[in-house]
Amino acid sequence: MSENQENISKNSQKLEKSPSEGRRNALKTLATIPVLGAMAYGVYKKKTIENKNHLAGSIFNTDATPDVKPVRFGGKKIRIGIIGYGGRGAYLLQALGFATPNYINGLKEQAKKDPDNTRYNDFLEQDNLNVEITGICDIFELNAKEAVQAGANIKRQGLGAKFDKVPTVYKNYKELLAATDIDAVIIASPDHWHGTMTIEAARAGKHIYVEKPLTWTVPETYLVEEAVKNSNVVFQLGHQGRQIEINHRAKEMIEKGMIGKVTLMEVSTNRNDPNGAWVYPLRSEASRQTIDWKQFEGDPQRIKEYLEYMTSAGLAKYIGPDARDKFVPERFFRWRCWWDYGTGLSGDLFTHEYDAMNHIMNLGIPASATSSGGIYFFKDGRTVPDVLQSSFQFPERDMCLNYSATLASQNERPRIIMGTDATIELGGSLNVKVDSSSIKYKDQIKQGLIKPGEIFYRYASGKSIDALSSPTEKYFAERGLLFSYVGGKRYNTTFLHLREWVECIRQGLQPSCDIKAAFEEAITAHMGTRAYLEGRTMYWDKEKRIITKG
Amino acid sequence: MQSHTSKNSYSAAQLYALVTLRVFIGWYFLYEGLVKILNPNWTAYGYLKDSKGWFVGFFEFITNNDYIMQAVNQINIYGLILIGLFLITGFLAKAASIGAITLLSLFYLSHPPLLEAIYILPSEGSYLWIDRNLIMLVAVVVLVLFPTSKHIGLDRIVFKKQEE
Repeated sequence: MSENQENISKNSQKLEKSPSEGRRNALKTLATIPVLGAMAYGVYKKKTIENKNHLAGSIFNTDATPDVKPVRFGGKKIRIGIIGYGGRGAYLLQALGFATPNYINGLKEQAKKDPDNTRYNDFLEQDNLNVEITGICDIFELNAKEAVQAGANIKRQGLGAKFDKVPTVYKNYKELLAATDIDAVIIASPDHWHGTMTIEAARAGKHIYVEKPLTWTVPETYLVEEAVKNSNVVFQLGHQGRQIEINHRAKEMIEKGMIGKVTLMEVSTNRNDPNGAWVYPLRSEASRQTIDWKQFEGDPQRIKEYLEYMTSAGLAKYIGPDARDKFVPERFFRWRCWWDYGTGLSGDLFTHEYDAMNHIMNLGIPASATSSGGIYFFKDGRTVPDVLQSSFQFPERDMCLNYSATLASQNERPRIIMGTDATIELGGSLNVKVDSSSIKYKDQIKQGLIKPGEIFYRYASGKSIDALSSPTEKYFAERGLLFSYVGGKRYNTTFLHLREWVECIRQGLQPSCDIKAAFEEAITAHMGTRAYLEGRTMYWDKEKRIITKG
Repeated sequence: MQSHTSKNSYSAAQLYALVTLRVFIGWYFLYEGLVKILNPNWTAYGYLKDSKGWFVGFFEFITNNDYIMQAVNQINIYGLILIGLFLITGFLAKAASIGAITLLSLFYLSHPPLLEAIYILPSEGSYLWIDRNLIMLVAVVVLVLFPTSKHIGLDRIVFKKQEE
């Protein structure tokens, strides 16, 4: 054969493969393809199982969120006066977007040191609520000076800030309430002034945001209720827990009957540092010249009510120990430690827990309260207890609320709502554990879809803890008292609460923590306090609307 | 000169073992990718945030930028799926293997089994410097050095013309 003929024959040999060789070829090429079929089948099966499980868990899904109304920029600018620029007052103004240049500078420095700390940007980006601080009143000159710096700092500047307008400073709160360029007041004075200032603000026609607790004495509680109800003002009590998303979800779950009948709730306070126990720093500038001590002493009528109760109940040992007119810096800065100014664990911290439960469960005022406790750790001369246990009965609702508090342990305890079918735990997240004896979920438990006793459903709206400085702040954050997540976005909880108040002023509505809730909070706290002081059960007479010894 | 990796030099047992290794590694990648694409909420954010070791800065940088984070998520998901598909079907297996080695290196560098490292996501098993990512990485290197896709797999057709 010639070369060409050889090539042609070789080529034709190559082209003409035998059918069996072709089949072997195809087999070797596609041998592993069926594996994809196995994968597809497996994934489909897995998804079906997951969907079944997901469906079982999704029964606890709700969409309830606090109502974050959009800020109406076409709305009126609200002119706010603030009475009391201590620790809380400063925080409230910050929540409104007003802070001293020094504070803002501090945030800047923090952000530079720690890139995870976003508080500086968060503050700058906080929504503008279209409010103006037109008046401030603080009986401590230094606080007043700082309040002016904050109130004037409209542009949220750091050091070197320049101000055009500056809020008016009033030495006496009555003068602030009489001002014509103030529409609304924030009351952040010590507890013994809350009620009195609220009454006078209502009579002056100023909208009111007052810090908790509503009152310091029982008699003034009725006067406050009357004054606010008889006025047209928009009233909000400072329980920012009303803005916590998971509480709204819990409320909806319970109202839909998802956890069955609730009979027991547990709430608590746990702190373990001096700041948490109200041992605030003293400022060296404090003196009789820089503090209006007479105003600090309190309203004469309130003092009368306080002394009348304490002496008639045999509680004279809790008064003082210093005379009220004696200048004692400790009592000014750490007022929460004494019954003379504060309301103890029951009025100071239990009120947050009670209001949260009142919001979720619509509790109202308990029929009875018992309390016991003492000063077991912070034996620093205070008269209020640092450990307190209280139990409140709601027989018409077949429910009991227990409160347990210590200022000497940071053991974090969630709020627990126990129902016959499931238990809800509210901490940083909302957790649901189905009860092994549940009748409602009996079938799902039997099918293995629900494992009783384990967390079956969890809802967490964003990271709970951030780059926060102190353990007390972390405590607040865990309880949603610093930040709240609405629709996955993080908001300062106090900001949301103030925002609701401001928007209600504009739209003529009543906000969530209104005078009814406030009255219930005050009475319940007083029942707990008196039960502790007098060492006996206190009762609420629904008809006569009075606290009795039974 | 015929290289050691010529398709004719494997025994049947060797070929089966190598192909099975290739398919199983492909299966692992493909399933990881599918699970993530079927979960609308999946993001590598948490995983990357928990990075430790020398390359922490690099992984943190990804998490700090929204756009880069999104891109990385997509690259990861589709990378896993394509690598898995290609390894199973034996299509462009060498390229897929290199992709696998790259991803496995990144996983290893993000969560290196250092002596003092404790991670949020618990891992099954105890590791001392050598973990499953590293072992699988070496296994894929073996796959590159002992290729099989041109014999069993779609590469048989893809590379047929070149051989002729």
